[in-house]
Amino acid sequence: MKPVLDVNQLTMDFGGLRALDHIDLQVKPGEIVALIGPNGAGKTTFFNCITGIYSPTKGDMLLTRPEGDSSRLNGLKPNRVTERGMARTFQNIRLFQNMTVLENVMIGRHCRLRSGIPGAILRPPANRREEKQVVDDSYRMLEKIGLARYVNEFAKNLPYGAQRRLEIARALATEPFLLLLDEPAAGMNAQETKELDDLIIRLRAEMGVSILLIEHDMKLVMSLSDRIYVVDYGKKIAEGNPEEIKSNPAVIKAYLGEDIDA
Amino acid sequence: MTIYQEIKKSLLVSLWFMFLTFPIMVIKVNTIEQTIDWHWWRLAGVGVGVFFLSFLWRYAIARKEAGKKKAEISGEEKVALIPRLMGNPRFYIPGLIAALILVVAFPFVFSMYQTNILITALIYVVVGLGLNIVVGLAGLLDLGYVAFYAVGAYSYALLNYHFGVTFWMALPIGALLAFIFGIILGFPVLRLRGDYLAIVTLGFGEIIRLVLENWNEFSFGPSGIANIPKPSLFGLQLSLQQSSIFIYFLMIGLALMTIFVVRRLQDSRIGRAWIALREDEVACQAMGIDKTRTKLSAFALGATWAGMGGVVFAAKTTFINPTSFTIWESIIILCVVVLGGMGSILGVIVGALILILLPEYLRAFSEYRMLVFGVILVLMMVFRPGGIISGVRRIYKFEGQNTIAENNNA
Amino acid sequence: MDYFLELFLGGLTRGSIYALIALGYTMVYGIIELINFAHGEIYMIGAFTGLIVISVLTMLGWNSIAIIILAALIAMLYSAAYGFTIEKIAYKPLRGSQRLSALISAIGMSLFLQNYVLLAQTSNFLPYPNLIPTWDFLKPVGHIVRSTEIVIYIAAALVMVALTYLIKFTRMGKAMRAVAQDRDMSMLVGVDVNRVISFTFIIGSSIAALGGVLVASHIGQVNFYVGFIAGIKAFVAAVLGGIGSMPGAVLGSLVLGWTESFFTGYISSDYEDVFAFVFLVLILIFRPAGILGRSDTDKV
Ligand SMILES: Nc1ncnc2c1ncn2[C@@H]1O[C@H](COP(=O)(O)OP(=O)(O)O)[C@@H](O)[C@H]1O
Ligand SMILES: [Mg+2]
Repeated sequence: MKPVLDVNQLTMDFGGLRALDHIDLQVKPGEIVALIGPNGAGKTTFFNCITGIYSPTKGDMLLTRPEGDSSRLNGLKPNRVTERGMARTFQNIRLFQNMTVLENVMIGRHCRLRSGIPGAILRPPANRREEKQVVDDSYRMLEKIGLARYVNEFAKNLPYGAQRRLEIARALATEPFLLLLDEPAAGMNAQETKELDDLIIRLRAEMGVSILLIEHDMKLVMSLSDRIYVVDYGKKIAEGNPEEIKSNPAVIKAYLGEDIDA
Repeated sequence: MTIYQEIKKSLLVSLWFMFLTFPIMVIKVNTIEQTIDWHWWRLAGVGVGVFFLSFLWRYAIARKEAGKKKAEISGEEKVALIPRLMGNPRFYIPGLIAALILVVAFPFVFSMYQTNILITALIYVVVGLGLNIVVGLAGLLDLGYVAFYAVGAYSYALLNYHFGVTFWMALPIGALLAFIFGIILGFPVLRLRGDYLAIVTLGFGEIIRLVLENWNEFSFGPSGIANIPKPSLFGLQLSLQQSSIFIYFLMIGLALMTIFVVRRLQDSRIGRAWIALREDEVACQAMGIDKTRTKLSAFALGATWAGMGGVVFAAKTTFINPTSFTIWESIIILCVVVLGGMGSILGVIVGALILILLPEYLRAFSEYRMLVFGVILVLMMVFRPGGIISGVRRIYKFEGQNTIAENNNA
Repeated sequence: MDYFLELFLGGLTRGSIYALIALGYTMVYGIIELINFAHGEIYMIGAFTGLIVISVLTMLGWNSIAIIILAALIAMLYSAAYGFTIEKIAYKPLRGSQRLSALISAIGMSLFLQNYVLLAQTSNFLPYPNLIPTWDFLKPVGHIVRSTEIVIYIAAALVMVALTYLIKFTRMGKAMRAVAQDRDMSMLVGVDVNRVISFTFIIGSSIAALGGVLVASHIGQVNFYVGFIAGIKAFVAAVLGGIGSMPGAVLGSLVLGWTESFFTGYISSDYEDVFAFVFLVLILIFRPAGILGRSDTDKV
């Protein structure tokens, strides 16, 4: 089967700084793949490039639905990328702080809905049905992620761990087949991390999404991932399954110079 | 001890301001007649005034800081009194009936002069609600909003002058033209970051005004256009008084329609997208919302209401010229939105009534009007960025599969 | 050829004036990313303070060179004080809140200051005495360039040099650059950010005041509203050059000054102000980073 995400020779320069240097990366259908590396290695930049937030200096990015049709991501705006079935979360939480939890998820549904301005003003039956549907669907999504009890809270008033989960719920509401998670466990305690682990496994099983995640928590990475990519200073230094990565000398060297949590 | 320190602090601040305002306040020069007037008493006024205000200022700042901390700890926000009352049918139904009676009776009870003032206030309600879509909901600071007001006013005036187009025809045409202008102007500029957007829209507003001022063949330049007919009622001949009453009810109708439409918009797929865009542009795009289209829709819809307001304005005053459409007009409308509460419909209505009616009834202080508007903008931003009546979150309820969406928005 | 030279020098004058105002905009923007709408009013207050000093000292019968120097100095002092105070009242409490809020607050401040001067002084245009004598050696070219203009060129050049020195070689300059780069980071390494911001307002405001006094002398009149249009145009210049960049502000000012001068000289003077705005819109749409600005990707 074709990989859902196929990135070739991706390069990104910021002025004189090469943040990504000819990176190749694939995610196959149903896989959980981790992207790891020390701080400043270029992991978030990689996400920003493939989701259309930055325009990369060089490289090819191809997104393929599990059903088979592919589209090139180069030059697409972020919203188009999301429409094509790849959604993400942000490392520095970017929720809509002054909207409620439910509304945050409803925003995720936006690109799957159709009603426009006339519909909003005149509210024909089709529009009312759609609105009711989006409320129900979003609520169900919150139940699935375990946030139902916060439904009418403002996003800014949620505990940290719950905010991270809300980011995931919001991304899932766009109906992706590939989900990108940027340090989903950052700032979580052991209990929350364990729940996150279960959640990610469950998402793949129940919704069939493939997952590409950036994470510093090695325990989580090793337990979740089918395959791991390691980057350092924008270059890919290793790739393989968790066992191979653990024993890879280049990886150990890259991490030795870093703090434990890096 | 602390009281002593507080007094000392205020004294120092007061001295500082006496120093600061000394030349401009005290020494009034007139280089035409070569005279200099010394107004020493003003210095005393500044000294005493600032001394007391500085206590107030420090108290307010301290309260604001404390409030922020408290909200962080408890994670709760209190719902203000008025929206809470609005949410309760026991209060708002009688309130609504009372308001209705007042609104209907007003032009028959009060003089034509009063009615005309209220008409002006209602025009500001309508354009304020329009700007509220742009600034309050979508978070786009549009300082050239008055340009669309001008488009509306001039389309009625000119179409009437050249082709005898009536008010009723001009109302939709003015709205449509403003909408089109909104799209044409919005398209190139909406890619810009927030503060650049403010400056560019300001620029556009001034361009349109300067063109109206200089292009005599088109707009009759600074002398403007006079004898614009008031709106007709089935061809009836209306006296001046009747005509005012008619425009009054017309404006009430227009305001109600605006409220209806804005409420529905705010509470729809598009409205949510606007608010999300205001909250975080990047996240919004990453969630699949087309940034340009969403911004453009807010910008153009806001413009539409300015266009309608402009048509009514031209019809009400029967005379327009470019001086009615300066940047300061945009800023007054912005002030209406900011004072009332960005994003809140009731807030904008209250803001318009306060800002337009108060100066009319406090004629003695009318020269301080713009000064006070400036102060309001600063103080509101510093102490109450949400406005007098801030928007209230929408509560959705779930009872099994039954979803009752209850709208609490003011 | 004379006409061309006249337009060229006229453009240079305009450019130098814009530069004196634009520098303040660009410095403030570089540090706190705020369009300080009230900056034009600071310039106007400088001009007014200068006028007041000139009037009082003229009445006392001072010598005109002493008057103009003292007027400029006092105007700079006062504008600096205003800039400092405005920041404390209208911008500092808003640090960390949305940019939109600070921008609205700045607009409010601009509105307030205009009306403050209007009410305390007058709404009329007041004639502004030109105390800079006409130098003998300029007599032959007097129809092309006046001594006031020469003073404006020199002032703009000196300010530019002094600022470059300040930014490049002093401790405060280093702190300013650090805060402009990354405010939180510089706070961590012990830079007193509040002081840096206040200092920036003080410097920017006093430069604007110098401009205010010179320009009013050159043009020969002043009123409460002169700051607004001048401020907007200087802002255009700052954006044109690349906001946040000081050489950019000067370059942008000169480019704007010359284009305006040649446009009004050869094509049409009716649309002088329209021209500046059209210019602004075009730059922002096609090259929002300006001539010398780097087109950064916003960090996400
Ligand atoms: N918009 C930007 N402009 C300039 N440099 C950037 C930008 N975004 C990221 N960088 C730089 O690219 C490098 C990689 O950053 P990032 O992708 O955030 O690393 P990480 O692997 O920790 O997520 C860093 O040196 C960072 O400073
Ligand atoms: Mg990162």
